[in-house]
Amino acid sequence: MSTLTQKDVQRIADLARLELSHEELDLFTRQLGDILTYVEQIRSLDTTGVEPTSQVLNRPVDRDDAPGPTLTRPQLLDNAPDASMEAGLFKVPRVIG
Amino acid sequence: MSAVAAVERSLARIQALEPTLSAFNTVMAERALERARALDATAPKGPLHGVPVAIKDNICTAGVPTTASSKILAGFVPPYDATVVARLEQAGAIIVGKTNLDEFAMGSSTENSALGPSKNPWDVARTPGGSSGGSAVAVAARMVPMALGSDTGGSIRQPAGLCGIVGLKPTYGRVSRYGLLAFASSLDQIGPFTHTVKDAADVLQVIAGFDRHDSTSSSEAVPDFAGALTGDIKGLRIGVPRAFLGHGVDAAILAAFEAALQVCASRGATIIDIELPHAGYGIPIYYLICTAEASSNLARYDGVRYGYRTPLQKDDTLQKMYERTRDEGFGAEVKRRIMLGTYVLSAGYYDAYYLKAQQVRTLVRQDYDRAFEQCDVVATPTTPNPAFRLGEKLSDPVSMYLEDIFTVSANLSGLPAISLPCGFAGRGDSAAGTRLPIGLQLTGRAFDEATLLRAGDAFQRDTQYHTEQPPVG
Repeated sequence: MSTLTQKDVQRIADLARLELSHEELDLFTRQLGDILTYVEQIRSLDTTGVEPTSQVLNRPVDRDDAPGPTLTRPQLLDNAPDASMEAGLFKVPRVIG
Repeated sequence: MSAVAAVERSLARIQALEPTLSAFNTVMAERALERARALDATAPKGPLHGVPVAIKDNICTAGVPTTASSKILAGFVPPYDATVVARLEQAGAIIVGKTNLDEFAMGSSTENSALGPSKNPWDVARTPGGSSGGSAVAVAARMVPMALGSDTGGSIRQPAGLCGIVGLKPTYGRVSRYGLLAFASSLDQIGPFTHTVKDAADVLQVIAGFDRHDSTSSSEAVPDFAGALTGDIKGLRIGVPRAFLGHGVDAAILAAFEAALQVCASRGATIIDIELPHAGYGIPIYYLICTAEASSNLARYDGVRYGYRTPLQKDDTLQKMYERTRDEGFGAEVKRRIMLGTYVLSAGYYDAYYLKAQQVRTLVRQDYDRAFEQCDVVATPTTPNPAFRLGEKLSDPVSMYLEDIFTVSANLSGLPAISLPCGFAGRGDSAAGTRLPIGLQLTGRAFDEATLLRAGDAFQRDTQYHTEQPPVG
């Protein structure tokens, strides 16, 4: 199950939005395979009926859906690699032709 | 001492040692001095009045670059302070700089920093540990008396252990994570590095408590931590998971650990054997859970809202811009973890890896629940080995991961844990007379930092390891 092919790794890279070089594909195919072989040991544990822990707090983490003060639009745009302060928008490559 | 004098002393020490140790990403000399002058002009207003502190560079500081030691956050200047930063400043502390880390806190050596590794002041050919290595170095080398780090799988306790200082990971929810750049949200927690347990108690007092900006922060009452330091550990039951210590622990570390238990026993603590049958599964499930959470948390770094964007080429699509930005902006370990996390969350593998890991996480937690029926704190060494050489484990991710074997369980269980200096290992293979610090880790019940601090303080009353200075400067 943990035999990863380069094709698998390319598919994961696509899902993760990472453009990997050929060298990285090679390296990660080997290293991710090693890591998956290592973690394989948990599969032999019997966990029938064991509830999963996704977080350790024994209470809901919701808060009231009430509006409050936030950062301003210029403060948020200020860190963008490309933004139009006048229009108040982030700029990205054209999406629709 | 005036605040200005304290800050000047700190800055002079940083200037002298920084070329050797590389602890800092940013030094805020002017800002710190300005603030010190302002503080000296007023009556003392808080428990940390005029104390210089360093902040790990994955914790947001308004107006000061916050990089997570990653190229992908190049140029990012947060428009807000993390809650811990605001609370420290409210208490009178003066931030003198931002410290180096493994990129996005992913690593155990600071070697994954895009800015290069920090050096262990006890032997500059070795790692200070990580990921909060810069903060640990800054405190160990007396550049600052206290610093903040973050701990997802040991990233405060392991560098504290390897650098011979105190490091505390509070209970999950004890300290607000607002303004901490998220790595693995169910595991991350901010905590202090100091020399003494008393100082750690003072920092925790300031940063602990509910924060409406972090819905996972706890409204549990914050006790008087300094008041808990009575020196009295008579009858304290210290549990030792003997079977878990059986394999792969350095002989000098085991000897120092046993000696530390004796120190506690001679103060009236009872040492008992306990079992943590699933602790050995901590590393595999940690790397499944933290990478899954990281792959989601780091999806936000896409070259649109902040930080680095790849130079655009003609005909680049939006997706191409995302993919190249992320490949160029992230380092190898971060990409490795995003890839692993994406894989274990993907269709067909979720149940086998991620869900399974979450179930085993429940078993790890239940081990502690049972252990704490018999004992009040659990003791282990902080790390299986003293500081390793820079470069030694870089090509083998799994061997690097195994350095966290004793620390990950506290994060998986959400429990508080502290590392205390408890001895030194001699190293004949290094420069003559090299001594490498050893850490004792104590893990406590949820929200019972007070007992950890009381035990740690009692230990420091009978030992001098925390007063020893590394051979730099």
